[in-house]
Amino acid sequence: MRPRLRVRLGRLELKNPVVTASGTFGFGREYADLVDLSRPGAVTVKSLTLAPRSGNPPPRTVETPAGMLNAIGLENPGVEWFLAEGLPFLRQRRVPVIASIAGETAAEYAALAAKLDRAPGLVALEVNLSCPNVARGGLAFGGDPVAAAEVTRAVREATGLPVIAKLSAQVTDIVAVARAVLEAGAEVLSLINTLPGMAVDVYRRRPVLGNVFGGLSGPAIRPVAVRAVWQVYAALRCPIIGMGGIMTAVDALEFVLAGARAVAVGTAHFVNPRAAEEVLDGIERYLVEQGVADFNDLVGAAHDGG
Amino acid sequence: MSAALLVEAVVLRTERVAPDHYRLVLHAPEVARAARPGQFVMVRCGSAWDPLLRRPFSVAGVDREAGAVTLLFRVVGRGTALLAGTVPGDALSLLGPLGRGFTLPQAAEAAAVIGGGMGLAPLLFLVEELLARGCRVRVLAGARSRQYLFVPEPAPGCEVLVATEDGSAGRPGPVTVLLPFVGPEVRRYYACGPREMLRAVAAELERRGLSGEVCLEERMACGVGACRGCVCRVRRGEGMAWAAVCAEGPVFPAGEVCWE
Ligand SMILES: Cc1cc2nc3c(=O)[nH]c(=O)nc-3n(C[C@H](O)[C@H](O)[C@H](O)COP(=O)(O)OP(=O)(O)OC[C@H]3O[C@@H](n4cnc5c(N)ncnc54)[C@H](O)[C@@H]3O)c2cc1C
Ligand SMILES: Cc1cc2nc3c(=O)[nH]c(=O)nc-3n(C[C@H](O)[C@H](O)[C@H](O)COP(=O)(O)O)c2cc1C
Ligand code: FES
Repeated sequence: MRPRLRVRLGRLELKNPVVTASGTFGFGREYADLVDLSRPGAVTVKSLTLAPRSGNPPPRTVETPAGMLNAIGLENPGVEWFLAEGLPFLRQRRVPVIASIAGETAAEYAALAAKLDRAPGLVALEVNLSCPNVARGGLAFGGDPVAAAEVTRAVREATGLPVIAKLSAQVTDIVAVARAVLEAGAEVLSLINTLPGMAVDVYRRRPVLGNVFGGLSGPAIRPVAVRAVWQVYAALRCPIIGMGGIMTAVDALEFVLAGARAVAVGTAHFVNPRAAEEVLDGIERYLVEQGVADFNDLVGAAHDGG
Repeated sequence: MSAALLVEAVVLRTERVAPDHYRLVLHAPEVARAARPGQFVMVRCGSAWDPLLRRPFSVAGVDREAGAVTLLFRVVGRGTALLAGTVPGDALSLLGPLGRGFTLPQAAEAAAVIGGGMGLAPLLFLVEELLARGCRVRVLAGARSRQYLFVPEPAPGCEVLVATEDGSAGRPGPVTVLLPFVGPEVRRYYACGPREMLRAVAAELERRGLSGEVCLEERMACGVGACRGCVCRVRRGEGMAWAAVCAEGPVFPAGEVCWE
């Protein structure tokens, strides 16, 4: 018998626990030739802003040990484009879509949420409270429980869709931020966004990235991300989408056992466009091999008493 | 452009062609069939997570009958060092062909093909296709020194002029010293090489009323337009925009590129 993979995170129900991470899978269309878009539990699109954003000057990426830094600067074609073109493309292919949103004020987040509220094909909104690559918004909200809660509440009031709050691990007390956004109406937490970092070109004697700082992702950040999931789950037992350096099913299972009910595959897509699909297949194989009938039985199972 | 493929290629040959320079011939029949000059492939250079990302390389030639794809590269870091160490029979994951290649003329005409250093790699493939269409091709090739000059095989319809920085072959100096040899019969030009060289070539030839295409490079992560990491500044309509080199390029009309 095939194991059960369906998961429920608050009101968000996914046919399986593997989604794509925002910013690493474009709007799905970029990978449509290479990947079966109907496989992931959902596709999370690049963070959307009210107006199109042009992003940071290049270089925008650089490889680091077992990871990479990016400073894209939230370049995106804007929410109107998404509603007119990006979303219909995915909807035609019956892909459940999570829209990620980013703004510079709580009012901007609320306006985005209102615009997306009744868009067919959307299964949830992910509030990006943690982009390290923009001067205003982003981490400035995610680092402060009060500001993070204010943004979350504004989104909650503007939409009937399930709200996911995406947090950074670059905070003094991640549990405090997590608690604040849950109280403000988030049903799910995405943990974690990239970690702030930088690289210096010793021959040019200048920072490598045009933006100086960038966000670190990939296998290098996985232990930090697993720790964040563990701590938040231990304190709050809330639905979590775990991410950060997941390359294989084994990596994903670390997050699940630490408390994630779903996982997101990000940077791995650049290495292997079919990474999400392979992580999903690997999780299913693990369940069969280990004689586990329901994926949900693994969630948080590494904590004492499960 | 045809759809990108994700395939396991098998190394047929890894040949050292100059100090630190290698030719890698891969068995990848679908990619050989689909690739057009100017397009590139993203190669996984190892099997571990470090180095992590794929590395982009221009397709330097294809043999569609043999199902072979040729890459030409210089060892500059860990990824290229790993590729230089491959032996026949090794498997390499290949993503491609990617990007927009050169626009080939509809009719046989005269074209100038201008390359510096490793920029000659995609141009070798381009020259083959231009000749197959009956074009007359004048190649201007530049390199640091004669051993790093990668020029097309002699062929009817193809004339090669060379320049080297150290004067060991052809004219001394950068490839731009050869620009006066782009004659009045030439209808279009194609160029690839360091950004400074491309800027100088475009400035000179566009001033003479010639239009052409340039093949650009930028650091890449995804190679398919998903991450928006590889952008360059281009003119679009009245204004400027960031274009993804991997998906909207790597070949751009020279007049579109903002060189500052
Ligand atoms: C579309 C495209 C086509 C290319 N075609 C060829 C080719 O035909 N032959 C060839 O020899 N090289 C080509 N390059 C450059 C090649 O991709 C880099 O030399 C290679 O990625 C370096 O990898 P590494 O691990 O050896 O070096 P690293 O250790 O990663 O870096 C060494 C140096 O290479 C530069 N570099 C690193 N990554 C890239 C990148 N993605 N793009 C450009 N420069 C980079 C860095 O600035 C650094 O100075 C191409 C690049 C692009 C974008
Ligand atoms: C190139 C790039 C762009 C990203 N853009 C966004 C974004 O727009 N919004 C967002 O919430 N996260 C963004 N992220 C963060 C990822 O969604 C993910 O949280 C992070 O990369 C950790 O997972 P990974 O190591 O598997 O990539 C981006 C990551 C990368 C590498
Ligand atoms: S490398 Fe990702 S958009 Fe070009």
